[in-house]
Amino acid sequence: MSPLDLSTPDTVVTAGAEMFADSVEQQGISTARVAWQPPVDGSGDAVAAVMGDRRRRHANAKALEAMLAAEATLVDVRPASEVLGLERGHFLHAGPPVTWERASGPMRGALIGAVLFEGLAQTPESAEKMLAAGDGVSWEPCHHRGAVGPMAGVVSPSMWMFELRDEAHDATSWCSLNEGLGKVLRYGAYGSEVIERLHWMTDVLGPILQSAVRAGDPVDVKGIVAQMVQMGDEGHNRNRAGTLMFLREVLPAMIDSGHPTGDVAQAVRFMSGNDHFFLNLGMPACKLQTAAAAGIGGSTVVTVMARNGTDFGIQVSGTGDRWFTAPANTPDGLFLGGYGPDDANPDIGDSAITETAGIGGFAMATAPAIVRFVGGSVPDALATSQRMYDITVGENPAFAIPILEFRGAPTGIDVTSVVRSGVLPQINTGMAGRVAGTGQVGAGLVTPPMECFTQAIAALAAAVPAG
Amino acid sequence: MTRSLTVRKGSYVDSVALMQVSKRVSALPGVRSALVAMATELNLDLATGMGFTLPDRTAPNEMLVAIEADDETAIADAYAEVEAALNARSAPSATGFGTAPPPVTIGAAARHVAAGLALISTPGRYAFADAIDAVDAGLHTMVFSDNVPLEQEVALKRYAADAGVLVMGPDCGTAVVGGVALGFANVVRPGPIGIVAASGTGAQHLMTLLDGAGVGVSHCLGVGGRDLSERVGGSSTLRALDLLAGDEATEVIVIVSKPPSPSVAETVRAHAATLGKPVVFGLLGKGQPDLTETARRTVEATGRTWRAPQHLSGAVDRARDKGFLRGLFAGGTLCDEAMILAVDVVGAVRSNIPLDPAWALDDGLGSDGHTMIDFGDDELTQGRPHPMIDGSIRVERMRAEVADPTCGVLLLDVVLGLGAAADPAAELAPVITEATRAGIPVVAAVVGTRDDPQDLKRQATTLNAAGAWVFYSNAEAARTALDLLAKGQSA
Repeated sequence: MSPLDLSTPDTVVTAGAEMFADSVEQQGISTARVAWQPPVDGSGDAVAAVMGDRRRRHANAKALEAMLAAEATLVDVRPASEVLGLERGHFLHAGPPVTWERASGPMRGALIGAVLFEGLAQTPESAEKMLAAGDGVSWEPCHHRGAVGPMAGVVSPSMWMFELRDEAHDATSWCSLNEGLGKVLRYGAYGSEVIERLHWMTDVLGPILQSAVRAGDPVDVKGIVAQMVQMGDEGHNRNRAGTLMFLREVLPAMIDSGHPTGDVAQAVRFMSGNDHFFLNLGMPACKLQTAAAAGIGGSTVVTVMARNGTDFGIQVSGTGDRWFTAPANTPDGLFLGGYGPDDANPDIGDSAITETAGIGGFAMATAPAIVRFVGGSVPDALATSQRMYDITVGENPAFAIPILEFRGAPTGIDVTSVVRSGVLPQINTGMAGRVAGTGQVGAGLVTPPMECFTQAIAALAAAVPAG
Repeated sequence: MTRSLTVRKGSYVDSVALMQVSKRVSALPGVRSALVAMATELNLDLATGMGFTLPDRTAPNEMLVAIEADDETAIADAYAEVEAALNARSAPSATGFGTAPPPVTIGAAARHVAAGLALISTPGRYAFADAIDAVDAGLHTMVFSDNVPLEQEVALKRYAADAGVLVMGPDCGTAVVGGVALGFANVVRPGPIGIVAASGTGAQHLMTLLDGAGVGVSHCLGVGGRDLSERVGGSSTLRALDLLAGDEATEVIVIVSKPPSPSVAETVRAHAATLGKPVVFGLLGKGQPDLTETARRTVEATGRTWRAPQHLSGAVDRARDKGFLRGLFAGGTLCDEAMILAVDVVGAVRSNIPLDPAWALDDGLGSDGHTMIDFGDDELTQGRPHPMIDGSIRVERMRAEVADPTCGVLLLDVVLGLGAAADPAAELAPVITEATRAGIPVVAAVVGTRDDPQDLKRQATTLNAAGAWVFYSNAEAARTALDLLAKGQSA
């Protein structure tokens, strides 16, 4: 950088005593005043250490660059056993690692459902016993395999997965096929209708989608995300436009696939009747984007936010695949039918990968309908997105938000900004029932626990090279 | 308990809005649960689950209103509420798009505007992170905050040097950049003098002396009191010199500081010699020029003629019998300058910022012989406003001195300018009158310019009318106080 000159500033940025900002304005110079607050409890020293890390600025620029360059195309649809080498009795789940003892109702319910679906047990009771004893069954986070799963995010070997590629970084990510709303496995339901639907998805939907995807060019999922955020979808709680655009992409090839017409019609009905079908494509696209920024020494950019229904976990570029976890919050929002706040499970799902990538709650301005989940207003939606720019390292021009003058989505959550300002990432989410087997009870807004970020800043501080 | 389920046709409302309506209706007294929802498969299941019997045929574009309540009255209330909620929903919003929230970090603020400067006065223990953020944004950064740890100052300045921006401070009280005064600063006319200052009130006084002589300032770049120490190594001073060397408006550069580390002073002098512009050194200390002398040399270095500052004589022309000199200051460098002049004449001067550690005052800061106190010192400003903003602590002390028979002369500074109290003379006048009546001469050095908001002339007149001697040179004020003291001793 060349030395700056000493010209008269147009604007002086001020933080601290208002009196000095007032004096500047009295001289006819405008001020940009920071609504300053001290770093959150006890993190001042770690904040100073990390801010002073001379690698940080370049590392974050590199992380942002990688995120913006990431691609996402749907290249195949295959069973998990094939693509992930998932063996019988092994499952993936959302969020950071969790034991059966600490697993929440919906997580237990989804695992029970997966055991039943795989035919490892015949009754929920025996499935539960098997899981509690760890008898021939094991599980690990989707993120450990580069995959993502909404809500409980449980993946079993027979489930079919979308396979997405980022050619720019030679990376792959996976996500299961979306089951729809209500009583579904990912919300912890495991009744017979849930298991039957899963079988149909494996026997009919998966193979049809596979034929359709293999027949054409890879589907540009990133391109669909870019369009959907201009059509009122924020890509987490609202996926209507994305779902329709995806259907438009694959419909002709589905019809041409040679599968029985009745099956194709049923598959089309299923996909078009589920406004969230695209969520399971947007999520792995976001995972590819954030994974591209992982493992850069000195970078304070968040690469994973994920919840397992008990804990909220984050990963940060500069600290690799280490989890920083704390008890998950319970979302605030609206409830289905007779359900109320007491029925809601704490925050669950890998779907916060959307916010990690700059959409979802971060693109709230583009989907004002979502803010009403907590009785907010359109100005609230705009303010939420605008606030998120303050805690991110950059903007993604690929995801332009029309109402904000096509400003790119706020991208790359910066741990230092979160801890310094106390402003937490805004997440839009569905709510699962607290009791295993219930299913969805509502939808709303939630934030991660600050403790994830204070742990992360301490670890980043410890990793700052001496001198 | 009673239940009611109806189906409304031709009124599609999105699910989010309806969930809000359901929530509102459920909250009514007597209503046990309510479902207002489009008749989708999912919602029909929910209604069944709640114990309602469904009509034979419904379509997904029809709206279900299902209410379970204690009695018929509650049911009726619930329907009225559904109606009201649906109507309210379609009313236009009066709020428009709202305003963007204020930025929460320096970096965020800098993204919104074309800024060139950051002014940070956050608590010292946190200011480092804010300053780094400002440097990252490519802004010249003034850190007013004090109590920033030394190692953070070193790290900050090294970081800023890499980025090519200037860090003014920490503990930088005053700066003028491109005509904009920052912090405690006097309103000076534009001119040819570029100032590099490791001393806030020293810089303020130099600027007011120059302004009084009709010579203006291009920039005054504070660097913080520790910049010329061994540890910091003059980092900001060197950068500031380069900036002024490259600045067209600057003809002569002047450096004001308390005595620097000898090796750093050498580095700075060597660098100054390479700039191609005259550099005047105003390094306070024994045998060094005082600030007024530095101002004279600076003016003369531009080829202009020095105009010595005027003064107004006070009502009392000699010290109270056998009294000692008592200096009560708001500006640390002004206190230093007065002490340096005084020790040559009277010997030891006790102080909270003593020239010799042996002369340190006790914790209570009670006067003992010749005594000078810097009320702007960090330790005295913790948890209360700086004496430049609120002079009450000094007024209190003056009253105590008047009552103390060992007090012979009172010496004060009165610092005007942006950020300073609106009318310090009015605050001081009553106690000056009391001192005058008690036979104690009060000598005040007024640090201000004709353009300062407090009205320099009126301040001087008020102080003088109350009985004070009024000087525009702190050094002259100190010398006069010493003269008055000498006259008191000879009586």
